[in-house]
Amino acid sequence: MAATQGKGVRWALWLPLGLFAAFVALVVVGLLTPKNTDIPSRQIGQALPAFTLPPAADGQPGLAAGDFQGGHPRLLNIFASWCVPCRVEAPVLADLARAGVEVDGIAIRDHKADLAAFLAANGNPYARIGADDISAVQLAIGSSGVPESFVVDAHGVIRYQHIGDIRPEQVPMILQKLKEAGQ
Amino acid sequence: MIRSHLIRSRVIRAAVMPAALLLAATPALADDTMPPAPYAYRQLADPAQEAKAKALMETLRCLVCQSQSIADSDATIAGDMRNQVRLRIAAGEDPEHIRKWLIARYGDYVSYEPRLSALTWPLFAGPALLLLAGAVMLGRRFGAAQKAEGKGA
Repeated sequence: MAATQGKGVRWALWLPLGLFAAFVALVVVGLLTPKNTDIPSRQIGQALPAFTLPPAADGQPGLAAGDFQGGHPRLLNIFASWCVPCRVEAPVLADLARAGVEVDGIAIRDHKADLAAFLAANGNPYARIGADDISAVQLAIGSSGVPESFVVDAHGVIRYQHIGDIRPEQVPMILQKLKEAGQ
Repeated sequence: MIRSHLIRSRVIRAAVMPAALLLAATPALADDTMPPAPYAYRQLADPAQEAKAKALMETLRCLVCQSQSIADSDATIAGDMRNQVRLRIAAGEDPEHIRKWLIARYGDYVSYEPRLSALTWPLFAGPALLLLAGAVMLGRRFGAAQKAEGKGA
């Protein structure tokens, strides 16, 4: 009886050190894991909310939820002329448009003149661009920044969210997501 | 936000500029020049409604500034969120309904009000269990001491 109690005490002596080591391990893992501030949308698999946005660019239609009904899956790009990574993303979107992807845009808090200059300088891959001046549609689909892109199927259901600019090497992945949304 | 950290000293600004440019390259910190949404900085006319809106805004998390509530943040998207909260409250919507609407879009991340879920129940159960364990340990120790005293007498 006394012997087993002694063993129990000896084991308990190591407990604080063990806990401390576990704590240090946790801190090290936390430090080595790259910080991820992405906030994924919980609206994947949900239908787009009803919305109608006025045209953001002259000579081009605005954007409504109904535009996503029928036809093929579309790529919905949330962007702005004041957003630096959007500038980087523009040629990639142009590539996607050349590959036959229908790209629609929502310009967040953008002035018409700024947007026109942006499109003139970086090309215009968009079929339609809606102007969202108070981020209303952006909030409704769970997007938290620019640029973000959503794959929307022919029934108007959000199938995939891409946070940040689409890089050239990610084009095949996006095409694959569009293909999956079309099945 | 870079804007809220405007530093007057030119020397400091020169030192900070490269870092600021780096930050400006991330999407969250780029900034637009549009005027704020109508109710981003304007209170509701009805004080009771404004109090409701304010209470809710203080427990909603800004999406780009990570550790600020939308009531505290000058980020434009926080302003747009305040605009929506105020307009919806003015339209008679229940604050908790608005919170649920946002959680359905951004997850628990967006709310500072902890919910009881499969993931969070240890937060609520933990303190109670620790207290219980403490009580049991104390009970045993006092029990043992009393027994020893009883034997000694």
